[in-house]
Amino acid sequence: MGRNSKRTDVVRRGRSKMRRRAYGASSVALAGGLVLAATGSAGASSTGHKAASGSPVTIGISLSLSGDFSADGLNFQRGYNLWAAYQNARGGLLGHPIKLDIVSDASNPTQVVTNYEDLISLKHVPLILGPFSTLLTTPAQKVAHRFGYAFIAGAAGGPAAFAAKYHNYFDVSVPIVGQLLPFAKWITALPKSVRPTTVAYPTSNDPFTQPMVQAAQAVIQKAGIRTVYSKVFPSEVTDFTPIADAVAASNAQVVVLGSVDVPTISAFMQAFEQAHYSPKVMIATAGPDQGSAFSSAVGVSNTGGIMVPNVWFPGVNNALTHTMDRMYLAKYGGSISQISSDTAEAFSAGNALAAAVAGTKSMSNAKIISYLHSGVTIPTVQGPVKFNSIGQTFGGTFVFQWQHGKFVQVLPVAAKGSAKMIFPKPNWGQGG
Amino acid sequence: MGTGVVDGILTGGVYALMAAGLTLIFGVMEVISLAQGIFVILGAYLSYSLETHFGIDLFVGLLITIPALFIIGVGVEWAFLRRLKSQERIAMSILTTYAVFIIIEGILNVVYGTNYFQLHAWYATRSVHLLGMYLPYIYLFGFLLAVGLLGIMFGILYRTRFGASVRAAMQDRTAASLVGVDVRRVATITFGLGTATTAAGGMIYGATNSFDANSAEDLISRLLVIIVLGGLGSIGGALAAGVFMLVVEDVIAVVWSPDWSTVMFFIILVVVLSFRPMGLFGRQAARAQ
Repeated sequence: MGRNSKRTDVVRRGRSKMRRRAYGASSVALAGGLVLAATGSAGASSTGHKAASGSPVTIGISLSLSGDFSADGLNFQRGYNLWAAYQNARGGLLGHPIKLDIVSDASNPTQVVTNYEDLISLKHVPLILGPFSTLLTTPAQKVAHRFGYAFIAGAAGGPAAFAAKYHNYFDVSVPIVGQLLPFAKWITALPKSVRPTTVAYPTSNDPFTQPMVQAAQAVIQKAGIRTVYSKVFPSEVTDFTPIADAVAASNAQVVVLGSVDVPTISAFMQAFEQAHYSPKVMIATAGPDQGSAFSSAVGVSNTGGIMVPNVWFPGVNNALTHTMDRMYLAKYGGSISQISSDTAEAFSAGNALAAAVAGTKSMSNAKIISYLHSGVTIPTVQGPVKFNSIGQTFGGTFVFQWQHGKFVQVLPVAAKGSAKMIFPKPNWGQGG
Repeated sequence: MGTGVVDGILTGGVYALMAAGLTLIFGVMEVISLAQGIFVILGAYLSYSLETHFGIDLFVGLLITIPALFIIGVGVEWAFLRRLKSQERIAMSILTTYAVFIIIEGILNVVYGTNYFQLHAWYATRSVHLLGMYLPYIYLFGFLLAVGLLGIMFGILYRTRFGASVRAAMQDRTAASLVGVDVRRVATITFGLGTATTAAGGMIYGATNSFDANSAEDLISRLLVIIVLGGLGSIGGALAAGVFMLVVEDVIAVVWSPDWSTVMFFIILVVVLSFRPMGLFGRQAARAQ
């Protein structure tokens, strides 16, 4: 049931003609802008921000503004909008203000393909940025590859996204498969006297959750910690009670939950509480990283001790993060703990695109792709990124935990900024 | 397995309540209301607003949300469905009610934003220990509420003059009209009643699941399956099918694998429909034209 973003043929053709005329007329302005950018860039990089003033450059994006991924999609939209405002205050792309053309894919893998085909072949956008999730990015990659567009994504690090090894594909977030490994290593390194002895692995059959949970399970099982429950459930399940009851019946001391969203983890937590079951350790692949969306759904007093892996959190010591945090609070209000990692991922994808355009002084997708593969290190909100031959970047992965209503980094133990972990997890209702 | 059966019965009753309104609407009006799912979510949001802004208990709040959704249902029928021509009613009702779905979903997104919400009450997280199982209070209360409301619906249908009019209209609209039944008024009130049931379903759904405006899409597909299995137009069928569906899913999820729970249900659905195309309790004879 996705919404269709197509317009009538007449309007599409009209806009296409207008765009060609606009591009032709602005070529002189573009050349002038390039000269200005080249001579002015040295001074404008850190202090004198020159606002963008030329004709706008449209970047096409398909986002999940409705459907299963809507909460993430809307946070992604915020990230892209904030990045566009940030970049426009610094001259846009080669002097051209950025205009985002965001269309909704309703979290539908078929619609996302249609959207990128429309954006590229009908609307003729010069540049595109990626959607949310491996599930939607993987089919969209084919479109971008067919048309030779650089395709930079913020949240598509599942193995499926790199399986085709498209040369034009880049993900600014660390591949997800190893994101639970700091947690797995921590648990296996605990002294035997306190180390949990049993683990449950319920996971959604999603290309994001399954690889992560399976990688962690392999490490934990190898250390001799017994698996008492390990099942995959369809992502379209709406009643998690029997699955959660089965996990509770296993009496596992640790629960590693492969969840993609807040409703999944909140249903499990509620069922656990109803079953009077509180594991010593609980970590989820997604959901607890959604800031206030998570805490308001489950209740702050239930958040204590819940963990989630991620490569970024709003309080990380990074100048770009501080800038994004300030811009976010000014525009959307709230507190920084409410800023979703999705927002940072989208902003980072924008950082990578802007760096490539500035580095090549061009909006040619071929040049952007070559630049991103050149081994250059690009600063982003999530930290520096440098892409390998298939568009992956590598960096630190952290584990975060909710403690007394705050979201803090706890693993790796020795990493800068890691706080002491709360272990074991407090009982339900006592973690606020 | 016992847990699966009990969970299935308790949650199936709530789904049956939501589906009963849908099947009643189809039985009287030949309208497939794709908006039923979003009305459930609207009911959840209304309960949320009453709970957080006025401190009204979820069940007490139904005294407000049920009449509110009845009025909204009457308004939707008057504004959108009354104008549908009888020849194209079923097909056009799908499009029209889908449009209503989209409109309400958009309004909810604007008013409440994109955060997930969940209804909170002491009985939402506590349970009673019975026969070796922990039975959540919210599911017990929800099941009792569903049975109570379905009982009231049965009473209206079979013990009141209005109910006789509804049954007459379900059997044959033209003939009912000829004997003096105001079919248009019956349709309006029926749509209102069918929508009003979503207030209760929405409250229970919101107390047992985190929800946002987009949660309706998963719901409507389940409700449609329940009314097809139960028999279009049969309230008893909706109850039986709702309980059956959830028991099958929950037992298979516990005993075998969650991966197979939905698959097995649809296999059973196909087998049942192969032998009884009208569903478990659907009427054998075709509606008179």
